[in-house]
Amino acid sequence: MASVSEAKSLVLDRITHRFASGTMAVSDINLDVKGGEIIALLGPSGCGKTTLLRIIAGFIGQSEGRVLIGNDVVDALPPNRRAVGIVFQNYALFPHLSISENVGYGLAARGVDKTTRNKEAQRLLDMVQLGPFGERLPRQWSGGQQQRVALARALAIKPSILLLDEPFAALDKNLRLDMQIEVKRLQRMAGTTTLIVTHDQEEALSLADRVAVLSHGHLEQFGTPSEIYDRPQTLFVNTFVGTANRLKGTVMATDAGEVKVALEAGGEIVARAPKPVTASNKVTVCLRPEHLAFVSDGSGFAGEIGMALPLGATVVHEIKTKDGSSIKISQARTGDTPLREAGAPVRVAPLAPGLATVFPE
Amino acid sequence: MKSATTARITAPGDVTSFNLGLALPLGVAFAIFFVLPLAQLLYLSLHNDTAATVWGLGQYIKFLTDPFSLAVLGSTLLLGAEVTLACLVLGYPIAWLYQRSGSRLQTLIIMIVLLPLLTSVVVRTFAWIVILGRQGIINSVLQSLGLIGTPLRMIYTQGGLVAALAQVQMPLMVLPLITAIGRIDPNLSDASASLGAGSWRTFFKVMLPLSMPGIIAGCTLTYAAAITAFITQSLVGGGQMLFMPMYLYQQASTLQNWPFAAAISIIFLFAVLAIVALFSTLGRRARGYGDAR
Repeated sequence: MASVSEAKSLVLDRITHRFASGTMAVSDINLDVKGGEIIALLGPSGCGKTTLLRIIAGFIGQSEGRVLIGNDVVDALPPNRRAVGIVFQNYALFPHLSISENVGYGLAARGVDKTTRNKEAQRLLDMVQLGPFGERLPRQWSGGQQQRVALARALAIKPSILLLDEPFAALDKNLRLDMQIEVKRLQRMAGTTTLIVTHDQEEALSLADRVAVLSHGHLEQFGTPSEIYDRPQTLFVNTFVGTANRLKGTVMATDAGEVKVALEAGGEIVARAPKPVTASNKVTVCLRPEHLAFVSDGSGFAGEIGMALPLGATVVHEIKTKDGSSIKISQARTGDTPLREAGAPVRVAPLAPGLATVFPE
Repeated sequence: MKSATTARITAPGDVTSFNLGLALPLGVAFAIFFVLPLAQLLYLSLHNDTAATVWGLGQYIKFLTDPFSLAVLGSTLLLGAEVTLACLVLGYPIAWLYQRSGSRLQTLIIMIVLLPLLTSVVVRTFAWIVILGRQGIINSVLQSLGLIGTPLRMIYTQGGLVAALAQVQMPLMVLPLITAIGRIDPNLSDASASLGAGSWRTFFKVMLPLSMPGIIAGCTLTYAAAITAFITQSLVGGGQMLFMPMYLYQQASTLQNWPFAAAISIIFLFAVLAIVALFSTLGRRARGYGDAR
């Protein structure tokens, strides 16, 4: 089995793809994936993440740019010579072949003899905890089990890159968490550089070493889960990953990446500016519900309680601001967290100055 | 009507008897117009003399010991095999193309495939005579191009007959194939490629086994239709080639030997049934038969 040190890197160099109809699928995507990393391609449907996956696998030839696997340009190689393992969203197991033959399929294509093939298939089935059932046909299995087989089949060819296309979307919630843990365990064991395509931000943030957020074919941000969540670079990332309250305002003063903004809802807040803004710019301020607190001094901005939602571990209050926008504030629930009455006047401020982010309009 | 409604309410699980009732009209028609004549045919074939008065297996013994009759049977079954093979080899790519085309091209393909069914069998057959004849389209084109000196003999040959029959039976092969190929998950060929298999390997290990239900259905229909195609066989095949339907016709109509004609029918029927049984056994052997239902 490939150890982590042998794992191959993956570089997407200015990948652009237009469909035959002329629509731009992905535009100028640069990704530099280190050997052994798990990367999530995160974005809503239609953002180009599946196109990117199919380009890496070789099913689609990109219009421009290069794909490098372990420093080799693979653009001229057909899918069957790229050694890229794929787990499809619907698993795509061969229905007429047994579990064991499915896992051994890639080895058979490489001319490995039957004895070695069966032994290797058995080893992989043991690894995904389906050891004793190699003779059965795929349709006799549940979704989670089929996924394990698909994973074992993809790993059997010792792929340089493993691609997972929405791997957990078809599983129910409880099974999903188990399979996420399982995939991470197997990926660590095999040390294979892995790309997961997903629209589920929790999945991306929990599984991946780094997350690439895509929107409309553009790479919005590529960074660690905490960078993505805590220091979003674009308004899209800020609102797509996690939840964010959006408030309108005008820049009053700027100072080394921190800006002071006058909110249309009244009051002023100090916020971080990932993109340069200058005084008197109209901006959108993003504030995460969990980064807000009720204050009794004059800081922050005023509003009145719209609705109180006790959601178990957290309590969420909806607040109507003076300019008519509605924002949410979420607090960890302690024994005596009060539920506030609708209509009660409150003041709200960020827990710390850097937690608000401004984006130019 | 009332009793049926009541039965449904009191015994909702028992829908079998209700359904059988619905099948009754067809069942009766089937019994009168198919089972009865078949029984009569069997009865007739079990007589040794033309007047059907002496019971015996004479007609069967006559057929099975006569080299000429056996040769007719053999060449008919061979003709069926050749037409089926031609339809399969030519039809599979069409079905494949259909599944990979846009909807407009799909409509066009279906139109072209169905066209033979929409024209009369006699017209279609005479068209082939015009195409294949000594002074036919192919010969006159080839001659005017200077590619051949004397006309090729195509009409009244086995090759010409196979071509004409294959064209006529093509829809029977292509339609089941389109259905079967359409049921195959397109991700499977991608999965196969990503696992390192080339296109031929993917075709033989994945696509072909999974399209087996369509191949079986198509072959069965084409085969049965080709060997019983009386008009095309007679007109395109001509007088030198004798196949079972014509043989049967001669015995019954010209020679008035009804018991022998009946025996030929029964033997022919069983020969066809045997071939059909062989096809479906092969299909069940090929794994994946049960999957792409």
